[in-house]
Amino acid sequence: MLEIRNLHVSIEDKKILNGLTLTVHDGEVAAIMGPNGSGKSTLSYVIAGKPDYEVLDGEILLDGQNVLELEAHERAAAGLFLAFQYPLEIPGVATMSFLKAAMNSQRKIRGEDEMATADFMKAVRGAADSLGIPQDMLRRGLNVGFSGGEKKRMEILQMALLAPNFCILDETDSGLDIDALKVVSEGVNALRDPKRAFLVITHYQRLLNYIVPDTVHVMAHGQVVKSGGKELALELEATGYADYKTLAA
Amino acid sequence: MAAVQETVDQVKAIDVDQYKYGFSTELEVDKAPLGLNEDIVRLISAKKGEPEWMLEWRLDAYRRWLTMREPTWARVTYPMIDFNDIYYYAAPKMNAAPQTLDEVDPAILETYKKLGIPLREQEILAGVQTSKVAVDAVFDSVSVVTTFKAELAKAGVIFCSISEALKEHPELVRKYLGTVVPVTDNFYATLNAAVFTDGSFVYIPKGVRCPMELSTYFRINERNTGQFERTLIIAEEGSYVSYLEGCTAPQRDENQLHAAVVELITMDDAEIKYSTVQNWYPGDKDGKGGIYNFVTKRGDCRGKNSKISWTQVETGSAITWKYPSCILRGDGSRGEFYSIAVSNGMQQVDSGTKMIHLGKNTTSRIISKGISAGRSQNTYRGQVSAHRKATNMRNFTNCDSLLIGDQCGAHTVPYMECNNATAVFEHEATTSKISEDQLFYCQQRGLNPEEATALIVNGFVKDVLQQLPMEFAVEAQKLISISLEGSVG
Ligand SMILES: Nc1ncnc2c1ncn2[C@@H]1O[C@H](COP(=O)(O)OP(=O)(O)OP(=O)(O)O)[C@@H](O)[C@H]1O
Ligand SMILES: [Mg+2]
Repeated sequence: MLEIRNLHVSIEDKKILNGLTLTVHDGEVAAIMGPNGSGKSTLSYVIAGKPDYEVLDGEILLDGQNVLELEAHERAAAGLFLAFQYPLEIPGVATMSFLKAAMNSQRKIRGEDEMATADFMKAVRGAADSLGIPQDMLRRGLNVGFSGGEKKRMEILQMALLAPNFCILDETDSGLDIDALKVVSEGVNALRDPKRAFLVITHYQRLLNYIVPDTVHVMAHGQVVKSGGKELALELEATGYADYKTLAA
Repeated sequence: MAAVQETVDQVKAIDVDQYKYGFSTELEVDKAPLGLNEDIVRLISAKKGEPEWMLEWRLDAYRRWLTMREPTWARVTYPMIDFNDIYYYAAPKMNAAPQTLDEVDPAILETYKKLGIPLREQEILAGVQTSKVAVDAVFDSVSVVTTFKAELAKAGVIFCSISEALKEHPELVRKYLGTVVPVTDNFYATLNAAVFTDGSFVYIPKGVRCPMELSTYFRINERNTGQFERTLIIAEEGSYVSYLEGCTAPQRDENQLHAAVVELITMDDAEIKYSTVQNWYPGDKDGKGGIYNFVTKRGDCRGKNSKISWTQVETGSAITWKYPSCILRGDGSRGEFYSIAVSNGMQQVDSGTKMIHLGKNTTSRIISKGISAGRSQNTYRGQVSAHRKATNMRNFTNCDSLLIGDQCGAHTVPYMECNNATAVFEHEATTSKISEDQLFYCQQRGLNPEEATALIVNGFVKDVLQQLPMEFAVEAQKLISISLEGSVG
């Protein structure tokens, strides 16, 4: 369970989050929608522990643990995963090697043994197949020269392998063609589990036809300004954000 | 990438500021008096029992050196060196030249063991080491022992210390010594010619593919001692050899001078692959102590279709001044230079290569990866020249710099000279920084900042690491990570 209470965050003296409060329960899929610049990516970075953000007030608890005290890699090992809106490229580091390094680092932080190479390869191959990622991509430098859609799929592949208990998807649907959207959504749905929660950031109701959310939250001006069920997304599609922009101001 | 994990473990196992090879060995030594003059040159020559012509060669070099000045064009700064405050000869006391390992001082063997050098043939043969490598070990001024000599002799390969070569094969040494790097090539090369004390000699006869990797480990042990070694490798027609050199030194507060000369010669269709893993003591984080590594390395592709390939991983030394070069004399010959130069703390690196295209259809390839961290300065300096007769020569140069932090500097100084209209030069250069975003991305996946940096750096240097013999690639990868220790976070 993720609990965010009265979160105030600034970067370079610019206030971005203004007392944001949000709870996502185990097994829940929560969608966040909101206009450009409302602070959605900022929220995901702050949860994941990106340096440079100044948390002025509030708290973030993951299963009761204060994650603000942890460094980003420790949060990852505690089960937090962020699928980036813009995944980074790591030249010269084969995707397969990166996955293995990430997997083993997390296991080490948790005091677990390294995964046997054979088991690991099998897991990667299986996950890649189900996401329609060709094997030769796993040998290329991570995300180097990948198309926008390929990068997003690779994020989901990493999520599937690392099996986190809290997943944030920041606009994973943007840049995906219709078929890829289905494949990726199926990938996410396959990971749905009573012990795993998702925070899905999107601009489009279409994604939510595939990944059906339990709750929908509207963000504006660094706050959650309205929450509801999945029908709220449909409503937004029809009315836009005009009302909410004024609501928070 | 199992090596990444190993790299990371290695980094963790070592304290920041703790140069792993910084210990020194207590030995009884035979030392020449401090300073340099003709008598010292004579003494070195006498200690080695050299022929008269060799002494004359040295004295001639010494007299010329007196008229020369230190080069100042490199982007490095250091206080004036007092050449009379250096010991030019230091040798562990031994009754006679050791014939077998049992005659070598156990303290020296212990040192090499600590350094991880597979000196003991028995162990190697017993399968402790996975691959066979013949080793020449040079301790301060003298070669201590050369392994696998008998087996190499069967193939007709000569691999011994240069002192021994002067005794056993004087005609070969005389024929080739100083023919690639002339006595008066530069200030340090001339000094080396006068006072060199040991080094390795390799001769690969016609048509022979050397049956194993050859390797030399250099170790400076004594305080205030300069190390001046001289290496000469000759590959006759159609032969091949892969040679690796490694270097370490104890941690000392004062700077120590290392001025080596390496000469390579390939005849028709021959190939020499020369790899260096240089890890001299770099000084402490404030720039105190460390080795001045002023080295002249040059290969002469004398024969047609011959090939010389330099691969270097430079992580140590307070100052590195080094330009392994190729003279592409034979038609169709090829020169390669693959380099990883890492600088951290207060280190200064000015390194690169020269590719001198003299013959027709000669080709060269330069891949340089500079990594700067801390307050270090890292310069790539390269020259490619196409002589009038170098019809259809081609060069490809790629030099990439990676910056870690914002207090270091990376500089690229390429010179090109073209006297033939058919010459083709290709040049690529990039400078990048490990971005905060990349680090965060890796960290989000569970890697700590140090692991993330190691991973990104490994990716950056991959093209060059692949050029190293397998077992050394892993070692080099570790070294790079250790050198960058403390540069993040
Ligand atoms: N480093 C920074 N310095 C100053 N302002 C920043 C910085 N990073 C983000 N911002 C600002 O914070 C605000 C919120 O940005 P954020 O990326 O969180 O929005 P978003 O809701 O994810 O938008 P989008 O829907 O376009 O992805 C924007 O106005 C952005 O310009
Ligand atoms: Mg965003």
